[in-house]
Amino acid sequence: MAKIIIPTPLRKFTSNEASIETQGGTVGEAILDLTQQFPDLKQNILDEEGNLRNFVRIYLGDEDIKVLEDTHTFVENDSVISIIPAIAGGSK
Amino acid sequence: MELSLTKEALEVMHQDALESFPNECCGFFYGHDGEFRNVEVAIPVNNSKHGDQRRRFEISPLDYMKAEQKALELGLTLQGIYHSHPLHPAIPSVHDLKQALPFFSYVIVSVKEQRIEDTRSWILNEQGEFQEETLNNLTTIK
Repeated sequence: MAKIIIPTPLRKFTSNEASIETQGGTVGEAILDLTQQFPDLKQNILDEEGNLRNFVRIYLGDEDIKVLEDTHTFVENDSVISIIPAIAGGSK
Repeated sequence: MELSLTKEALEVMHQDALESFPNECCGFFYGHDGEFRNVEVAIPVNNSKHGDQRRRFEISPLDYMKAEQKALELGLTLQGIYHSHPLHPAIPSVHDLKQALPFFSYVIVSVKEQRIEDTRSWILNEQGEFQEETLNNLTTIK
């Protein structure tokens, strides 16, 4: 079980809840559980193949899961997972 | 949605745009959402874009996490992102659109040398296109 922090722009898909308790032993399972609880959220996080979208980063605590075991990273009961949208832009 | 900025929040954005010139600046803003979007606080963040920052900005994932935490601390809503367009109009680029998120307002400050040229705000509509928002109080503050 892990808590997932929902970024503000995606909270309209979670009934304005900022954090959601999820089931699952890994980051991937927790995210899958989240998208099953809130199906409208799925297309904003996962692509058609069920992989994380390019513009979404997932952090476990303050570490990018890419430097851990990616979606296979184990989670504990008190783990905090953050969904972080990529923020970028520019004039040209 | 209409956007109202406090004088202080607008000054933070303008000051950041001027000090960062010729590079792009960026930051978050927070406030209360109701009938209007009332922006109360603007906080600059580091432009983490590697390479040429005159045409690009990027905010690191850790700075984004901190911004969400800051919103909780302040008891305010994280409402959007501001950035500057040095020597370019305050109109979103294709690159801005590609990375834009729903819900957030995007305030763009056009800056030329030591002068603020324009300040405009944009938000994605249901079709995923940028739509301009009405900015209140600007005429008296600019």
